[in-house]
Amino acid sequence: MIPTLLRRLGQTLFVLFGVSVLVFAVFFATPGADPTARIAGRNASPQIMEKVRREYGFDRALPVQYMTMMKKLFITRDLASYADRGELVVPQIEQAAPVTACLVCGAAFIWVSASIIMGTLAAAFRDTWVDRTLMLAGLVGISIPVFWLGQVTNLITQSRYHDTWLFSWVPGLGYVPFSEDPGGWFRALVIPWVVLAVMFIGIYSRVLRADLVALAGEDFMRTARAKGLSPTRVMLRHGLRTALVTFVSLFGLDFAQLVGGGALLTEVVFGLPGVGRLTYRALTNLDLPVIMATVMYSAIFVVVANAVVDMVYLLLDPRVRDAR
Amino acid sequence: MPADPMPLLDVRNLCVSVPANGGMIRLVENVSFCVDEAEIVGLVGESGSGKSVTAMALMGLIDSPGVQVRGSARFRGQELVGMAPRALRALRGRDIAMIFQDPMTAFTPVYTIGWQIDEQIRAHERLSRRAARARTVQLLAEMGVPDPARTAQRYPHQLSGGLRQRAMIAMALSCNPTLLIADEPTTALDVTVQAQILELLRGLRHSHGSSVLLITHDMGVVAQTCARTLVLYSGRMAESGPTATLFARPAHPYTAALLDSIPPLYGPRPHRLPAIAGLPPTPRERPAGCAFGPRCAHVHATCLPAPPALASIGPGQQAACVLPAEGTPLPPRATAQATQP
Amino acid sequence: MGALGVLAFITCACLLAPLYAHDVAHSDPFASNVAGSIVLGGQEVDIMQPNDNPLHLGLSPIGPTGHAAYLLGADSQGRDLAARLLYGGRNSLLIAACAAVLCLVAATVTGIVAGFCGGVVDAVLSRIMDIMWAVPVYLFAISLSIVMVSQTIHLGPFTLGADSLLIPIFIIALVYVPYAARPIRGRVLALRQAEFVLAARSLGVPGWRIMLLDIVPNISTTLATLGPLLMALALLAESALSFLSLGVQAPQASWGTIIQDGEGLIYTRPLVAVAPGLAIVAVVLALNIVADGLRDALDGREGAR
Ligand SMILES: Nc1ncnc2c1ncn2[C@@H]1O[C@H](COP(=O)(O)OP(=O)(O)OP(=O)(O)O)[C@@H](O)[C@H]1O
Ligand code: SF4
Ligand SMILES: [Mg+2]
Repeated sequence: MIPTLLRRLGQTLFVLFGVSVLVFAVFFATPGADPTARIAGRNASPQIMEKVRREYGFDRALPVQYMTMMKKLFITRDLASYADRGELVVPQIEQAAPVTACLVCGAAFIWVSASIIMGTLAAAFRDTWVDRTLMLAGLVGISIPVFWLGQVTNLITQSRYHDTWLFSWVPGLGYVPFSEDPGGWFRALVIPWVVLAVMFIGIYSRVLRADLVALAGEDFMRTARAKGLSPTRVMLRHGLRTALVTFVSLFGLDFAQLVGGGALLTEVVFGLPGVGRLTYRALTNLDLPVIMATVMYSAIFVVVANAVVDMVYLLLDPRVRDAR
Repeated sequence: MPADPMPLLDVRNLCVSVPANGGMIRLVENVSFCVDEAEIVGLVGESGSGKSVTAMALMGLIDSPGVQVRGSARFRGQELVGMAPRALRALRGRDIAMIFQDPMTAFTPVYTIGWQIDEQIRAHERLSRRAARARTVQLLAEMGVPDPARTAQRYPHQLSGGLRQRAMIAMALSCNPTLLIADEPTTALDVTVQAQILELLRGLRHSHGSSVLLITHDMGVVAQTCARTLVLYSGRMAESGPTATLFARPAHPYTAALLDSIPPLYGPRPHRLPAIAGLPPTPRERPAGCAFGPRCAHVHATCLPAPPALASIGPGQQAACVLPAEGTPLPPRATAQATQP
Repeated sequence: MGALGVLAFITCACLLAPLYAHDVAHSDPFASNVAGSIVLGGQEVDIMQPNDNPLHLGLSPIGPTGHAAYLLGADSQGRDLAARLLYGGRNSLLIAACAAVLCLVAATVTGIVAGFCGGVVDAVLSRIMDIMWAVPVYLFAISLSIVMVSQTIHLGPFTLGADSLLIPIFIIALVYVPYAARPIRGRVLALRQAEFVLAARSLGVPGWRIMLLDIVPNISTTLATLGPLLMALALLAESALSFLSLGVQAPQASWGTIIQDGEGLIYTRPLVAVAPGLAIVAVVLALNIVADGLRDALDGREGAR
């Protein structure tokens, strides 16, 4: 057990290192362009350019530049945004992270529950109209660009039907911290939750149905039926429980990607001040340090989440537990 | 046929068909047999002859779309074919239990063995968790599982094939079923373990009073274990009768061929039935006449127009072959190996 | 079948965009036309109309006209929405298709080399894929785009302008390589143990020949289903990038940029944003259905064997 854990840790560290190199390379080692100008922002004066060049070591070798950047990100944490009058980047991210976390957790709750219900129902009523309808709905969900769906819901809930009883409770766009007003927090987030969840409901319900259908042919499902268990119990306790193993590993990755900034488009359309919108704001004024920091932050989050998923996998699947 | 007024299981003209290419093809055709109290009946045939389909049809376990089960199967007088799902479910696992071929995949991988046996007990009886587990441990012990309490807490993949099959049998017996259907319970196991498991099955008649329908493709196993034997070929009955009679005087050329292929009890064993040249026809491409015709050494004109009907040959023995009626029965076998259990 | 029909129809319509703009609508979908007017049924109408709020404050582009000119109304720049939709579709579909093909080729090469060579090569390639996959797809694409879009890039003799369509094509193809390479590698790993490959190896057939003649034909079903899936993903990614102004650059259009144009008009002229979105949903849904159908059909064939 211990050696395998250590190996896993080593792998994680390696991927972390690799990711940081990749992000660094994307921003500072793309051929044919000068990173100084990017950091300094648009129309920077020669003095600032010179200052940036010295601060980041752009006149020195690439490995030195890499080390400088990592130091500024993780050790001194004094990476500053030039486009935004020297505002420190790391605290900004720390401020935005909880918003993103709230958004993603709520959406995750919705998509996991909805897709388990949909996937199980579709598998139980396999090849009937229930199955076909649910799976087509899932496919539609996968096919809708999330930002557009957000705009359309805004159109409906904020404008066209806002004055009807149906949507009059919907507050204007923006975020209300939980600590200030739990009810307002919920009302502000519930529509973004659903919009963000739609695509994942589609993916997950389809994956789950496929898994359950594949499992239905397994010997142990036949054994379970031969034991005289009810179809519901066979489906839930034997089929679903076994299918959850893959479900969870998929979930871990998507969840991490979203918390790491993958929810950017949703945050932008709903005006939620999370990590994604921070990135978006940085995009619009070409504020590279912020973008780089958020990308790095999210990549790290994903790698760590990967490791956690592996651990959960161990808990869920006794076969893997012993194989390691 | 024994003069018992009501056998435990009485199957008459069981047919199973599935839809294919617009029509229905019969996987199993007009199979009839019965199992008495505390009797072991063998169901033999090559791979694909419809043994499992017959067993699954009895349990109502075939769930492929559009499947049709016809005929009658009376279990203690209750009709199983067309029984309401709820009533059938109450019967399954409690009165009729089933053991499957591959113990590797027959347990749900994410639960412990004990949990799965408890589950079956609690599905049929109002018992506390603790009482169910006590029974589980006791059952495992009866099946010769060493250290049953700890084994109950282990996951299927942690046990050897033999142990798993014992656990499987323990699970099947957990509600004292009157009929146990064992679908090739030993095929996936090595020889010594196989012998132990068969011994266990033979003992069930006395210890639990259970009847066993033993499905196998191994005539050797039948000889050692079953009182009566039913030979299936391509979804149809070829022959049935008391094992001793069948082994001494097979009336159907297929039975005779099977008997010639009994692997030696000792020494290296071929993997599956070897001797008969060619393959059995799939249900799709069954010939019009006797299904065994293309492989039969005695095939002649009368075999070809229609499948020969099942005809009584001697006491309890029936065969679906034209030879006895035409007055040219097969010669009795010189080396009858049957040893009645 | 229906899905294929929808795809074919939309593709043809988009390919005919210049014809439509020139001969049917008689409008220029790229020139800003805020001060202009059009003739509708003999009447001259301003393109920018006063809002219908009580005070008639502000101007909005004209809504659907029901005439050939400005059939679906105008966008915020006073350009013909219908014509722009077709032109935008042309770019969106072009980028998605090219990116899908490019990605599939790259992923096939990676997957086959990793799966077939095994050992160190596999380990290195797989780790690289892991690393790339660790960065959320859209963030990865955004990072690459912002770097490439913010400056003209000089690579030896080549100059990549910020408005080149090659940039989104290349970026989208790159970020989805790990997604596609993984299943391909899996198939190849399984095939490597297959008898005909082992036989070919023992006969001393060179590795590249086995890869080309034995492996590639046998992963064609995987590739065939991945193709439409990748194109669907690429179309979504393109629209997202363009929506963030990082994909297709003005004055060129794509469905994503039109949605972005329509963002400001969402409450007054929702059609500007809704129409391209519907187009995206239709195409992506059709692609997904095609992928589904292909998979079922090809699986069935495999099962029958
Ligand atoms: N659900 C089904 N749909 C269509 N055909 C089926 C179905 N189940 C079984 N068959 C076919 O019915 C035939 C009999 O199968 P069955 O599993 O009963 O054989 P078996 O005698 O148990 O063989 P084995 O010794 O391999 O277990 C086979 O040809 C099989 O392909
Ligand atoms: S009926 Fe004819 S073909 Fe069939 S087993 Fe008897 S002799 Fe052979
Ligand atoms: Mg079988």
